[in-house]
Amino acid sequence: MRKYLAIFRIRFANSLQYRTAALAGVATQFAWGFMEILAFLAFWRVNPRAFPMEFSQTVSYIWLQQAFLALFMMWFFEGEIFDAITRGGIAYELARPFDLYWRWFTQSAANRLAKTVLRCSPILLVAFLVPQPLKMSLPTSGLSFLLFLVSSFLSLGVVVAFSMLVYISTFYTLSPTGVRIISAVLADFLAGAIVPLPFFPEPFRTVAEALPFAAMQNMPLRIYSGNIGGVDALWGLGFQVFWLVTLIIIGRFTMGQALNKVVIQGG
Amino acid sequence: MIVLEGINKSFRVAKRQAGFGQAVKALVAREYQTIQALQDVSFTINDGEMVGYIGPNGAGKSTTIKIMCGVLTPDGGKCEINGRTPWRERINHVREIGVVFGQRTQLWWDVPVCDSFELIKDIYGVDDRQYARNLEELTTLLDLTEILKTPARSLSLGQRMRCELAASLLHSPKILFLDEPTIGLDAVSKIAVREFIKKLNAERGTTVILTTHDMQDIEALTERIILIGKGKILLDGSLQELKRRSSDRKTVILEYLGNTPSLRDGMYIQEQGPGRLVVHVEPGVCSVSEAIAHLSAQVEVLDISVLGISAEEMVAGLYREYKI
Repeated sequence: MRKYLAIFRIRFANSLQYRTAALAGVATQFAWGFMEILAFLAFWRVNPRAFPMEFSQTVSYIWLQQAFLALFMMWFFEGEIFDAITRGGIAYELARPFDLYWRWFTQSAANRLAKTVLRCSPILLVAFLVPQPLKMSLPTSGLSFLLFLVSSFLSLGVVVAFSMLVYISTFYTLSPTGVRIISAVLADFLAGAIVPLPFFPEPFRTVAEALPFAAMQNMPLRIYSGNIGGVDALWGLGFQVFWLVTLIIIGRFTMGQALNKVVIQGG
Repeated sequence: MIVLEGINKSFRVAKRQAGFGQAVKALVAREYQTIQALQDVSFTINDGEMVGYIGPNGAGKSTTIKIMCGVLTPDGGKCEINGRTPWRERINHVREIGVVFGQRTQLWWDVPVCDSFELIKDIYGVDDRQYARNLEELTTLLDLTEILKTPARSLSLGQRMRCELAASLLHSPKILFLDEPTIGLDAVSKIAVREFIKKLNAERGTTVILTTHDMQDIEALTERIILIGKGKILLDGSLQELKRRSSDRKTVILEYLGNTPSLRDGMYIQEQGPGRLVVHVEPGVCSVSEAIAHLSAQVEVLDISVLGISAEEMVAGLYREYKI
């Protein structure tokens, strides 16, 4: 356990260095968040009854999504891991006494957390200060806030476990670009990163809500905003645990297969 | 103890001719070629030995090292290192070995070297006292005091290699694998690295397995060499033995005043200049002392030196002999 903590620490510390990048990120997220909320506001003014979520829920969903972007975004990968596979640095990784799956898992999670820590507070601060109807609301209850926290961690786990599959595919394809782009576009869309899942038309929505992508940001953001509450929220957590475990099992199995016939690239 | 028995490993490599047409063809029907990287490789290395593992590029040196490190799984054969099969018990196995891949880096690129060391300490679970002792010893031996706080990216190649060596020894491994540790180093750094490896072997009794193309490394460090070519072990023996076996020819270099001396049987001119003569002597026909006596009787000798065959020549000779 200590060795994985050490990896976590050094990755976390390393990512905290990039202050300017964080600042630029915050600016982008503000602009994006405002535009998205304004677009939803325009739709809502035309026909509030056609809205599948309450407007305040939608606003909270979008602000939280922007604040925690680094935690949940699916187009973000560790360049180091791709390099290790395609350029042969993995030789050193395998000559160390740790399980490669958990080592990469820890590294990805640490990087995402560090980025989020740097970025979330200014966005949340402003989101609570802007006037209605753009203002973010507080969680409906202490319990729902607690559920939100738990769900966020599970969501991070699902996101990283899914990214691991993309990394592992590189053992076979040797070029991460294709899988990376497809996964970024598809996963982000199906996770509700572009439009929240309740806005999806039926029966597409039912299908999307059963996929592993629905166990990503969809869950914590809707729990916080009160769109999913009570027993449904608990079911939601169960749903996330199910996909987390499933993805980890698939990842570990395929990684074991890949390592058996791994080729160290570049001599 | 390291025991390898009948290790085989093959790779499948996609091949195609140059050109656009061929590239299009390869889209539909790709041709693969199986390369037999290792074929029936067997040897035994005892604790505390220092072994040079040599062979031309692509002979299978690195592949063997990677199998012994648990990084690659062979197609067949047996490999036991301190009672463990590396690829089956990788995690427990690698705890006891250190590796330096000369062409790669194990240091975290953007952080000071000492941070990378701390990380390695935690990964191997080295206790504080042992770590402090090892770090101090390695810092002194490898002269790292000045560079420990520098990020790895700002180090010169020689400085980095010394750090790599230290990094692979912080957990006091019993076996050290060095895959081309002196590649690209200047003369001073090479000597420093060699001295260090020698000391390590003598003082800690660490088993060292070294691959290199630098024959001076081999000459300075190893008693025993294993020669591999096209995936097969060709020779396994002591350096002296091999030198004697490949040739006992001597070279006499003479600087003199006077007319060009005549030669007797068993002496051949290799190089000739004004006042300078390089002569090969075949000891079976003419002994070195006879050759010197013969030469000094004819001219006034200014300087004379006698050389045996160099490791470099010997290995080149072996490569030719085995057509690898």
